[in-house]
Amino acid sequence: MCTTCGCPSEEHVHHHGHGEHISGGKISVETDILAKNNRYAGQNRNLFREKGIFALNLVSSPGSGKTTILERTLRDLSGELCCAVVEGDQQTDNDALRIAATGVPVRQINTGAGCHLDAHMVGHALEELPVGELEILFIENVGNLVCPAAFDLGEAHKVVVLSVTEGEDKPLKYPQMFHAADVMLLNKTDLLPHLDFDVEKCLEMARRVSPGIKIFRLSAKTGEGMAEWYEWLRGER
Amino acid sequence: MHELSIVQGVVELCEQHSGGRTVLAVTLQIGALSGVVPEALEFCFEAVTKGSLLEGARLEIERIEAAGYCSECGILSRIDTYFDPCPSCGALSLELRTGEEMRVKDLEVE
Repeated sequence: MCTTCGCPSEEHVHHHGHGEHISGGKISVETDILAKNNRYAGQNRNLFREKGIFALNLVSSPGSGKTTILERTLRDLSGELCCAVVEGDQQTDNDALRIAATGVPVRQINTGAGCHLDAHMVGHALEELPVGELEILFIENVGNLVCPAAFDLGEAHKVVVLSVTEGEDKPLKYPQMFHAADVMLLNKTDLLPHLDFDVEKCLEMARRVSPGIKIFRLSAKTGEGMAEWYEWLRGER
Repeated sequence: MHELSIVQGVVELCEQHSGGRTVLAVTLQIGALSGVVPEALEFCFEAVTKGSLLEGARLEIERIEAAGYCSECGILSRIDTYFDPCPSCGALSLELRTGEEMRVKDLEVE
């Protein structure tokens, strides 16, 4: 029985010989605690490479607009690119229903008490998606700016979404997540006239934590800035 | 609170390496920028290890300081955050060399 997702897994053989030395009562282990997750992430990454799938892991705090960005992206791109979505939430399939309404294949993962997706869960979700035809896979992680940073899912990039209603200093408050991300979507820019959000200051903080981060300013509601994001998706995949 | 999954990972690794023997102590190495809070690990440890080979085991945590390498001046310095400038020359964007570790170092078995 797997403690990660509760499925009956054959992975749990007791393997030894990883270079551990038994001397007295001490056993040297020297192994990354996330080694198991990283092994599953490696399997996912191999599958993505083999099938030519560009996989993105979308991370943010709850309510930043990840699902709305996806809905608009899928409606605008699904005619030219074959996409699918894995949705992660603690409870409900509300987001999966919103994605399904765009006509794109989607699998919901409910993590229950879990605060992040892990690579094992994503691997199972992939079994139920048409991976042979896919060009882009969007993995919408559980809304949480802390825990998902540590878990590799096999994605090409972590894409962090920050909305302008959240405050410009989020990159410095949650540096691990912004450091782990290669791309940042600054969402809800249509609301800027009503807020004191300092865009330049926010972008400077994001670059301090993650020097090479690629940044797009957009509004999934009005569509402003979405074209540049699409251009990047087309070019990178 | 991903400390819970971290401790589950620790238990699984220890059970794989202990050869079926009861684990008396486990030493972890946790980097200062790993995002893992040692107190939270200690808090979950007792609950998660119940009924496993680690039940009642001592948890020892070694903190590993974060160090960043500055490509401008070639100096490796201790840092406290991802965005600290180089303490020697003030350059930004240090290359992180240590500080993100989350490792099981060793076990003591019966």
